[in-house]
Amino acid sequence: MTNSNGKEGDHRVGVYVCHCGSNIAGVVNVYEVAKWAQENLGAQGVVVAKEYKFMCSSLGQKLIEEDIQKEKLDRVVVAACSPHLHEKTFRGAVARAGLNPYLCEMASVREQVSWVTSDQTAATEKAKAMVAGAVARVRQHEPLESIHVPINSSTLVVGGGIAGIQASLEIANSGFHVYLVEREPSIGGHMAQFDKTFPTLDCAACILTPRMSEAGMHPNIELLTWSEIENVEGYLGNYTVTVRKKARYVDTSLCTGCGICQQKCPKKVIDDQFEVGLGYRKAIYTPFEQAVPKFPVLDKDNCIFFKKGTCRACEKFCAPGAIKLDDKDEAITLNVGNVILATGYDMFDARRIPRYGYGTLPNVFTSLEFERMCNAAGPTNGAIVLRDGKTPPKSVGIIHCVGSRDHKYNTYCSSICCMQSLKFAHLVKERTGADVYNFYIDMRTAAKDYDEFYQKVLEEGTNLIRGKVAEVIDGGLFDEKAGQLIIQVEDTLIGKQRRIPVDMVILAIGLEPKRDAGNVAHQFGISRGANGWFTEKHPKLDPVATMTDGIFIAGCAAGPKDIPASVSQGSAAAARVVSYIQQKELSLEPVRAYINAEQCSGCRICNGLCPFHAISFDEVKMVSEVHQALCQGCGTCVAACPAGAVTGSGFTNQQVLAQIEGLLSVPIYPEILQPVAA
Amino acid sequence: MQEHFEPLVLGFTCNWCSYRAADMAGTGRMKYPPNIRLVRLMCSGRLDPTFIMKALAEGADGVLITGCHPGECHYIEQNYKALRRVSLLKRVLQPMGIEPGRIKLVWASAAEGMHLTKAITEFVDEIRALGPLNWPARTQIPISAKPVRQLEELPG
Repeated sequence: MTNSNGKEGDHRVGVYVCHCGSNIAGVVNVYEVAKWAQENLGAQGVVVAKEYKFMCSSLGQKLIEEDIQKEKLDRVVVAACSPHLHEKTFRGAVARAGLNPYLCEMASVREQVSWVTSDQTAATEKAKAMVAGAVARVRQHEPLESIHVPINSSTLVVGGGIAGIQASLEIANSGFHVYLVEREPSIGGHMAQFDKTFPTLDCAACILTPRMSEAGMHPNIELLTWSEIENVEGYLGNYTVTVRKKARYVDTSLCTGCGICQQKCPKKVIDDQFEVGLGYRKAIYTPFEQAVPKFPVLDKDNCIFFKKGTCRACEKFCAPGAIKLDDKDEAITLNVGNVILATGYDMFDARRIPRYGYGTLPNVFTSLEFERMCNAAGPTNGAIVLRDGKTPPKSVGIIHCVGSRDHKYNTYCSSICCMQSLKFAHLVKERTGADVYNFYIDMRTAAKDYDEFYQKVLEEGTNLIRGKVAEVIDGGLFDEKAGQLIIQVEDTLIGKQRRIPVDMVILAIGLEPKRDAGNVAHQFGISRGANGWFTEKHPKLDPVATMTDGIFIAGCAAGPKDIPASVSQGSAAAARVVSYIQQKELSLEPVRAYINAEQCSGCRICNGLCPFHAISFDEVKMVSEVHQALCQGCGTCVAACPAGAVTGSGFTNQQVLAQIEGLLSVPIYPEILQPVAA
Repeated sequence: MQEHFEPLVLGFTCNWCSYRAADMAGTGRMKYPPNIRLVRLMCSGRLDPTFIMKALAEGADGVLITGCHPGECHYIEQNYKALRRVSLLKRVLQPMGIEPGRIKLVWASAAEGMHLTKAITEFVDEIRALGPLNWPARTQIPISAKPVRQLEELPG
């Protein structure tokens, strides 16, 4: 290896130890670390070692820049926080002083030393070791140039709920093309199922459907409904996505959306998707009146023709001849620069808590069932009635936190259920005049106008009982009449057990990650947190980006959210994507693998190891080659090459081995550590 | 009275999960023994078995390898390669007199700072129980010696 700065011994390294206020200096003796580096690492080329209160401040950065020029430094080590926080900052400072930014290395003495170590002497020694490791490593660094990739201006939005619709509209209105992929026959998501929205009580359909049709008609938005993501390849700016358009059995180029096929279809099916089992649809159907697109889908599993070979009623009555019974699934390939995942959530399955009686006691409903029941376009035309379909309830119990904030199920708060339950309380009062009891653990109404809504519901005379419901039982078990439901609860505000008879119970079921969120995360190469929601790049400062550049998240896919938050996230993700598209070209970290053709024996061991298919074999030269734009820099091929022909820039063998030497050159002093009891 | 032994442990982390778990342990002020010193790699799949040998030769009494959970690798499946390499290396090192317990593989996601803290603490205790490695190499090879491969001849 030749070194651009001459022989190894000629390096001039500057070491900068940050106090981070008292975050580091409170535990690590930063003065001693700097002095130690100056005195002991001279042979390693350290010519300056300084400590400073805040290295990341403009004065701290200036200090490095001045030293690079004055002391003719060619390598810099900053012992401060995690490189994930400030590596960019210090690389920038180094670059401003005229040095290649990759000749800078950080030692994370805050996250890995001062914050995790109690013993001050031990912490100081560990900090020294980390500085020694970083110095040894940086001596092996070479100047690197970042890789530039063009950004394809098309975007893929996965999920056509309100977050996905919002993101698509924002990008499309900025003048860029969007593919909006939705698994269901129509866009709209969960919001299309709701009746009223809190706290303003405007109807969900009234505010959602204009957005849906806007998205459906937008010249820059291509809707791909009844479609699933099959495969994802590529990298930021250049993703190739295969989408499977499921057979619709309707030719969308001919269909006018008149709906005659649905009228004539003789097969009634319980709609367990959109109507959550409360209503019926036909075997050929659109999930709801205002569906976008308006084209129906044929449900093959229930269609009489597909079962018995006869019927064809839809085909006979379709004037434009749009019914296509020989339709097949179709795979289409999309080339996009960025992806927004707005894949939403699933509802907690209330059957998992048998003591609440859902599925066994007929008049226990879930919140989603109740939403459909309240909806004027729903199965009861908006009438709030018991499971018999006619009797209005005289008293209703609404149980909050079902499946949420519970160590047996989900520990997190689903965030929307308090407001949703209060909304239900209001709707029940307004429409039936029934007595309403809300059972809550804590009331969470923290957003604009939410608490005002809570106060209003209180004034309406809703009974709020603080306590977790123990069980819901049939009154027949006691002296009450059978069919009457009894809610057993400890009222924690009065400190008494109560048994409250009601006609109807609504379970405010929580939100859960989509059942297949793991597959989606795997396909797109992003991670999920302990609860299964997609992980943000930064929970506060970068909530719609992910660790994978070019993949963004919006709405409930990243955790429970209400409609305003989901819409904000859709817009935010769109803004991030548009800013990438506008830059036209982005620079990537030059952490890549390179194969030295002279050393490559052509064994092809590396070829099969690469999950990104970035290594190909040149049949003429009989050597393997790395495609720079496809390589993601994991380094597996580097570790595997038996000939040592693959180099991983930024993480070369020399760099890692030197760091190991440096880290282990400072011994552990047993006397400084607390002896453990024998 | 016998001299008290404190092990020196080297840890390898991947950039996406376990290094971030270490960051999280820091941010959460979780405490673990200062016996461990961490090296960042992009992926546990980058872990060349030479690195482990080098660490043991340079005086580490144990080596902890950490990466993303199976199925959660940032690079799709490269942690499986680390799993295979580590298992194989343990078997190779055993006949050389190195206890398999000196090398340990632990999965830690970016959200598992507490899990990583526990894993480090446990591993340091395990190595303390095993005692010093005292590999002769550490006294015979000077620190500036070149590693097994003639690395200076390699490119880049």
